[in-house]
Amino acid sequence: MRAKLEPVNETGLQFFGQMTASISHEIKNVLAIINENAGLLEDLALMADRGAAIETQRLKKMSMTVMKQVSRADAIVKNMNRLAHSVDDSVKTIDLNDILELLLALSNRFASTRGVAVQPKLKQDPVKLRTSPFLLMNLLWICLDFAMDVAGEDKIVELVTQKTEGGIEVFFKHLGDLSGDLLRPLPAELENGLCELLRAELEVSAGNQEIVVRIAEDIDRD
Amino acid sequence: MSAKVLIVDDEKDFLDIIAERISARGMDVSTATSAEDALNMVAKESFDVVIMDFMMPALDGFKALKLMKAEQPEVQIILLTGNVPEEKRIEAKVLGALDVIGKPPDLKKLIEKIKKAKRAKRNARGEKRGRKKK
Repeated sequence: MRAKLEPVNETGLQFFGQMTASISHEIKNVLAIINENAGLLEDLALMADRGAAIETQRLKKMSMTVMKQVSRADAIVKNMNRLAHSVDDSVKTIDLNDILELLLALSNRFASTRGVAVQPKLKQDPVKLRTSPFLLMNLLWICLDFAMDVAGEDKIVELVTQKTEGGIEVFFKHLGDLSGDLLRPLPAELENGLCELLRAELEVSAGNQEIVVRIAEDIDRD
Repeated sequence: MSAKVLIVDDEKDFLDIIAERISARGMDVSTATSAEDALNMVAKESFDVVIMDFMMPALDGFKALKLMKAEQPEVQIILLTGNVPEEKRIEAKVLGALDVIGKPPDLKKLIEKIKKAKRAKRNARGEKRGRKKK
């Protein structure tokens, strides 16, 4: 094959693909609920044609369900839009809380299919970083994905941020046993490549049962 | 032709209405909101067809499919999914799924598939009895 992507570009595409596939799955679920409500309305109309009474409470409930699903779809599409725009600027000043909040929203379904709850304990104040938003989200997703796979018995992953001199640390805590053979090594070449581009460090601590990502406050400043 | 159907989906708003609509078409419908609950029900009761969402919390469609087939080899399983790549669709059929259909499902076609599943279960039972006689 002549066209060969750089590993970092490839992982970026994989991340984008995983997220959009999950989003489309979610949208299909919303459509399925709206579709069933429309079908039920049709059934009720047919019954009414044959003389059956229509309960207005029933109609109100169906209308509420459809409205709820429309607002759910709206939130899903807004998040998809935020993800799409994360590649607009290769480097920009962002609030880390926004990135983490988006990542958590996008990873909701991945967590629920694994039976894992992600509990964010984020800083209240904005955490400004000058970085590559998409690459950062990609690196944090790799860590979260890994953390969910190795979550402890109670299936809770804590997401904690902590300011340091010249940067910020993002912890994925409360993991299970990391001392044995892991499903995949972390960090591997790919994650090291992302860390290099982001001026970040990634460390898996078996002792503390956590993953920590240290991110520079400014990607261009030494 | 009435069939005993179990519908499994963690989307309760979807589950309740599709169950009602399938019931209104003469089927005997039960529901479960998780694959674990569905497995418990399959262990206790005999169903003609299980219609199950492919992606649910804790236990994915493939694992649930294998466990259900181990519990009740004759039960016919239809997987419902938002999106599924072709290779997963093939894998599901290899593992014993009768069909994999997209969400939102077309109810008319789904009812046809339930009837087909009921026939397939009857045939599977007949073959099993035939093998025992020999």
